[in-house]
Amino acid sequence: MLNLVDVLLFFFLAVTALGLVRLRDLFAATMLLSLFSLLSAGLFIVMDAVDVAITEAAVGAGISTMLLLATLAITKRREKAPRREVELVPLMVVLVVGGALVWGTLEMPEYGDPDAPSQTSPMTRHFLEKSRDEVGAPNIVTSILASYRGYDTFGEATVIFTAAVGALMLLGGRRPKDARLTGSVLQPHNRQSLAGAGADEMQPKELHLNRILEVATKSLVPFIMMFGLYVQFHGDYGPGGGFQAGVIFATGVALYALVFGLTPAQRVLPPRLLEALLALGVFLFGAIGLWTMVLGGNFLEYGVLSDGPLHGQHLGILLVELAVGITVAAVMLALFFLFAGRGFCGPQRKR
Amino acid sequence: MGVTTLVLDVVGGLLLAAGSFVLLAAAVAIWRLPTFYTRIHAISVNDTLGPGLILLGLACRATHSWEILVKLGLILAFLLITGPVSSHALAKAAYRSGLEPRSYRRAKGGPPSTP
Amino acid sequence: MLGPGLYNYWMVIVLMMMGLYVLMAKGNMVKKVIGLNIFQVSVIMFYVTMAKVRGGTAPILVPGDAGEVLYSNPVPHVLMLTAIVVGIANTALALSLVVRIHEEFGSIEEDEVQKMEDHV
Repeated sequence: MLNLVDVLLFFFLAVTALGLVRLRDLFAATMLLSLFSLLSAGLFIVMDAVDVAITEAAVGAGISTMLLLATLAITKRREKAPRREVELVPLMVVLVVGGALVWGTLEMPEYGDPDAPSQTSPMTRHFLEKSRDEVGAPNIVTSILASYRGYDTFGEATVIFTAAVGALMLLGGRRPKDARLTGSVLQPHNRQSLAGAGADEMQPKELHLNRILEVATKSLVPFIMMFGLYVQFHGDYGPGGGFQAGVIFATGVALYALVFGLTPAQRVLPPRLLEALLALGVFLFGAIGLWTMVLGGNFLEYGVLSDGPLHGQHLGILLVELAVGITVAAVMLALFFLFAGRGFCGPQRKR
Repeated sequence: MGVTTLVLDVVGGLLLAAGSFVLLAAAVAIWRLPTFYTRIHAISVNDTLGPGLILLGLACRATHSWEILVKLGLILAFLLITGPVSSHALAKAAYRSGLEPRSYRRAKGGPPSTP
Repeated sequence: MLGPGLYNYWMVIVLMMMGLYVLMAKGNMVKKVIGLNIFQVSVIMFYVTMAKVRGGTAPILVPGDAGEVLYSNPVPHVLMLTAIVVGIANTALALSLVVRIHEEFGSIEEDEVQKMEDHV
């Protein structure tokens, strides 16, 4: 079962992780983490997990790297030299726990074993055999995510919404007392923004110091958006769905902001609108659930949404994935705007 | 019919091997080349050419489905735009931060030093 | 029992332990977040490894009446999609905290921040 690609990819992953342990330059560590995510995405594809692979590539190599880089720009770039090269107590703990885990895996079935309990369980059988008749979406992962276990996905959308609210509380500015239309918690005042600091504040519009990047970005952003829409609505038929599409959409806008400056990007997508979209996504998901109850079914029972259960399932999955896509895109963008708008500020209180 | 597929298979395999060799050369370049700018130059060329050759090799082996060919073509177009632009961004950022390209003109007869 | 069939799980455990070591031993907070990410990815890989079937394919139904196509188990994939999203939520909140800590104390090393807090 084991093939050369598996062995090599895992080996590269281990080497990358070792580099991450030893590196003290955090910028290089962030790049290695991005590489780690990309390699693991490749490994997921080899292991037939295509939806997980596209999500890991988009989230790990895209959003995670962006947030880490923004954090490093605000804080420090290098790690302080440790007192000891290798810490004894964590090493002992890690060896003991690792040894116990390896001892635990000795009872496990082999990789790829078709008689493993996870393959023969009746739930797996049901999903694989009945989902074509009950839900009708070819991508079984989407049908499980949005229909069979739609309630979990609702919780997941709420979790990521909560993260955005938490980040807003930590990093957001105060809403200005005079309720100007453009005031928003996503734009804290008197901060010099990170993204494109050379592009809009300090540089006249005609200077175009980043001509090549501007042209490339302008030609790429429409296709990125279209790809995001494709991934969103094609999630039933191939790998994709709401999460991946939301992340791709956010990445497109973030690319625009990085090259042209935060202010032009916020003219395209005003922070007030972003706040509304944040809430709208989660609200839409819950509203669909309540609407199915109004129509006589249970919470999130899509069969009652339209004539015939399969049509209802299709419509329900479409709407729910759209809600998730809106939520994820808004959350990722809100996080980006918060981190990028933070700017270069020193410590506020010297102790 | 059989000969065409055989030729396409062989050509595809050769393109794949060539692409892999080019990428391997890029890896060796990161390791062996002395300065930042020389490394960027090698990587910029190889990281666009290597995947480009690999995509052409894959296209030779996928002529039965035009959807796959279109998708490979789109990936190739995206690669051709973003590959050189990202190397440009790297080099520009390094230059703006003050990293000077080192000149190897000998100063008073001493050997060139690496940064 | 022993042998190359379990190689995947052992490598996953190696990665997991490296992430755990970084989380515990390094004082820099951003490094800890990176270690947490490594740990997360290795857990996801563990579940995905459990889902794979020898000779299977991605769990997307082949069009037409395919009959006997072997699919890999889709349930762990769904769980891992949720796990990735929750992981990024985690990372985002952790990094927000790091930024605020830096703004308050001027440092993101755990021992320096501890010293400054003890002096108050």
